[in-house]
Amino acid sequence: MPVDLAEIREIFFEESVENLNRMESNLLELEKGTVDSELINSIFRGAHSIKGGAGIFNFEEIIAFAHIMETLLDDMRHEKQVITPSVIDLLLRSVDALRMMLLAVKEESDYDVQEVQACQNELKNVLNVPTKKSDEKESLEEESDEKATSESSKSSESSELKEPATSDTSTTGWHIVFKPNLSMLKTGNDPINLFDELKRLGDLEVKVDISQIPTFSDLDVQACHLSWELILRADVKLAALEEIFDWVEDECELHITALEEFSSPQETESPLEKSEEFIIDKCEGAVNQIEQPIPHFKKETNREEISQLKTAPIEHKKKVHHQTEANSIRVSINKIDDLINMVGELVITQSMLEQFGDNFDSSRISQLRDGLSQLERNSRELQESVMRIRMLPISYSFNRFPRLVHDLSLQLSKKVELKLSGEHTELDKTVLEKMSDPLVHLVRNALDHGIETPVQRQAAGKSETGELRLHAFHQGGNIIIQISDDGAGFDLDKIRAKAIQQDLLNPDDHPSEEELYDLIFQPGFTTVEEVSNLSGRGVGMDVVRRNIRALGGTIHVESKQGEGSTFNVRLPLTLAILDGQLVRVGQEIYILSLLSIIESLRVQTKLVNSYGGSAEVYKLRDEYIPILRLYDLFDIIPSTTQLEQGILVIAEGEGQKIGLFVDELLSQQQIVIKSLESNYKKIQGIFGATILGNGSVALILDVAGLIQRFHHIDFQEN
Amino acid sequence: MTSETTKITKKYLTFFLAKEEYAVDILCVQEIKGWNKATTIPNTPDYISGVINLRGTIIPIIDLRLRFNLECQDYGPMTVVIVVKVVSSGKKERIMGIVVDAVSDVHDVAEDEIKPPPNFGSIISTEFVKGLATVKDKMVIVLDIDLLLNSQELAIVESLSDELLTEH
Repeated sequence: MPVDLAEIREIFFEESVENLNRMESNLLELEKGTVDSELINSIFRGAHSIKGGAGIFNFEEIIAFAHIMETLLDDMRHEKQVITPSVIDLLLRSVDALRMMLLAVKEESDYDVQEVQACQNELKNVLNVPTKKSDEKESLEEESDEKATSESSKSSESSELKEPATSDTSTTGWHIVFKPNLSMLKTGNDPINLFDELKRLGDLEVKVDISQIPTFSDLDVQACHLSWELILRADVKLAALEEIFDWVEDECELHITALEEFSSPQETESPLEKSEEFIIDKCEGAVNQIEQPIPHFKKETNREEISQLKTAPIEHKKKVHHQTEANSIRVSINKIDDLINMVGELVITQSMLEQFGDNFDSSRISQLRDGLSQLERNSRELQESVMRIRMLPISYSFNRFPRLVHDLSLQLSKKVELKLSGEHTELDKTVLEKMSDPLVHLVRNALDHGIETPVQRQAAGKSETGELRLHAFHQGGNIIIQISDDGAGFDLDKIRAKAIQQDLLNPDDHPSEEELYDLIFQPGFTTVEEVSNLSGRGVGMDVVRRNIRALGGTIHVESKQGEGSTFNVRLPLTLAILDGQLVRVGQEIYILSLLSIIESLRVQTKLVNSYGGSAEVYKLRDEYIPILRLYDLFDIIPSTTQLEQGILVIAEGEGQKIGLFVDELLSQQQIVIKSLESNYKKIQGIFGATILGNGSVALILDVAGLIQRFHHIDFQEN
Repeated sequence: MTSETTKITKKYLTFFLAKEEYAVDILCVQEIKGWNKATTIPNTPDYISGVINLRGTIIPIIDLRLRFNLECQDYGPMTVVIVVKVVSSGKKERIMGIVVDAVSDVHDVAEDEIKPPPNFGSIISTEFVKGLATVKDKMVIVLDIDLLLNSQELAIVESLSDELLTEH
């Protein structure tokens, strides 16, 4: 049974996230002014199913929270509640809070109780006082005052709410749960020093939890397996305690609570009512427990199933969750049906070919050829549809942007309209996942630097509302994602000036427009004077480009000052297959990605110039391109060392061009990339390997790596 | 050694290399296959013959003769590739092939029959030799395959993979 439940749990979390996303997009739709009862119904249904699902697993807090949201939405749907931007904003925040709670429950970690509580209280207030919103704060205070006086440990809500207020005032003492990480001792922090420090503040009672000590054989003497529960009876401020734990903050789990109310954080950790009961029990008998520490812990482990689960296996569990996230994929039934059809055809072709084999004579050779070409088509289609299973529409990534743009434009007080198109364009799941962060970065940049404030826009004669477009489409085996804004665009003079200032550019150089745009992607480059929390630190664009390159893609900028800029991200559809050009050097066959090849040409000797003695360059139109003789670099015997008898393949890697001298160009074909690293290791200049039609292995060349290696050799020779 | 450990016997696969008989733990042997031409990897030491396609996975092939600086010999019909599973840097399992002159036999060898190797006169660095054992009045050299195939060029560069991790 527990296995089944775990599976249902996964489904619940998956569905909840979907529900939350739908609620979010519906809310954003609502904000645009489209008041539609169906929209509100849809949001309501989302909250309702989360509540229902949470009920199965007894996630009490989520149930309570979703219930309040549901009540508010119900009022909205029956028009008892006016839909105002502030209510929508509150609901959006509630969605966030709910998301946070779900994530916390899923990963069995903690979440920001105060925020959830604040949100919940606001929701309650909106419910209670639907017309007068100004009362909100007053009632909040009332509530907390009232409950602060009654010290009942059942009043969990008030105590949590009270916490921020009391955190800097004095109390009679503090309850500290201190759980160091295993590696804390290695960093030179000794808990004893901390306790000495605490003791100086007042009467300290220390209780050690030895339950995490492993068996003797597994014991790592350098690791800290102990955790402590401390009770400090002293009238000190929270800040004073935090100061003591300042050094170890990052290396431990630390919960500090004022003594009277230390039930609250515990309760949030364990949502079962059972444990709540127990905590009350513990509150009353706090002193007894300290006198008899060991029996108490036995009791605790018996009764608190959850906390027992939570201590050691947390790390392990988290990993499992991440794995399941990465390992599952939702595939539409159409794709699977296609696949089944394809396999059906393959079986038919196979049986047809088998018939030929049974009684074969030379008169049927043309039929055999037909059969084989059909088999080829079948297997290619089959391969494509299998690949398509890994494909997801880019809307998975695009869907988060309406919210992001909504939040950021509020934060920056800019007016932005987001237009998405081509959301149904599909690309490989891995590519999609790895592209998410770079895309977010580009969108943030466009909002922060690109689009101007409404005042600036009006002054420039544009409409107040800026436009941010995200567009995705297929183009020749690639997917192209465009992020364009109609903002200020790039100021080339400013980029130039900054680059000179930052020593990235020689003042005497006159780089082309393209080269100037390229500077944006240099590490540390920024044109922003002020560093904001959004951007301007100069990290980012280089990371964006590196991530895109790691996926085998490219990024280009087009910009017109005053009219906006466009980032074009070109990505391969999948990471598993590439279009390759087979080249021969001596007896060896190597593969170059077609994307990296600019052109291939027969060498005209008069255009070859030697340079610095040994190096050679080829004059291609108005450029000098260094020649790399592959046989030289790879130390193999070529068919020819005469440049005019071979082929020069002009290839590009990391923005640099190089002429690779090979003996012969062979065919072009789609190749399946296999890793060399899994059984051997990474080799500079080699991207991976593939298996050719005859079963032999051919190496795929990595142009950027070759260039680096080439430079390295040059350097050594000099 | 206690009496208990003396009873532990392991099966070893033995093979010939320049008339000497070597042994590897049979549990790490995945399969034995005939020699096929490997694709050479540029700029690697001689003893790495290259990579081959083992049913869709790319595995490196190591020529043990060259690895041990023995005299080079042309590959003949008896030349075989022993495909072994190697545990690298603690956890990671890698599959590699070793080229040997011929496979010989499978023997039971008790742990305590393996005697430490003498510290001289060997062209093979003794660090890869687990010990010497006597099987049917013949001496076999028991190799520590994990150590051997994680040494020098074959070692996984830890820092490189760490670098890649931190980049993302």
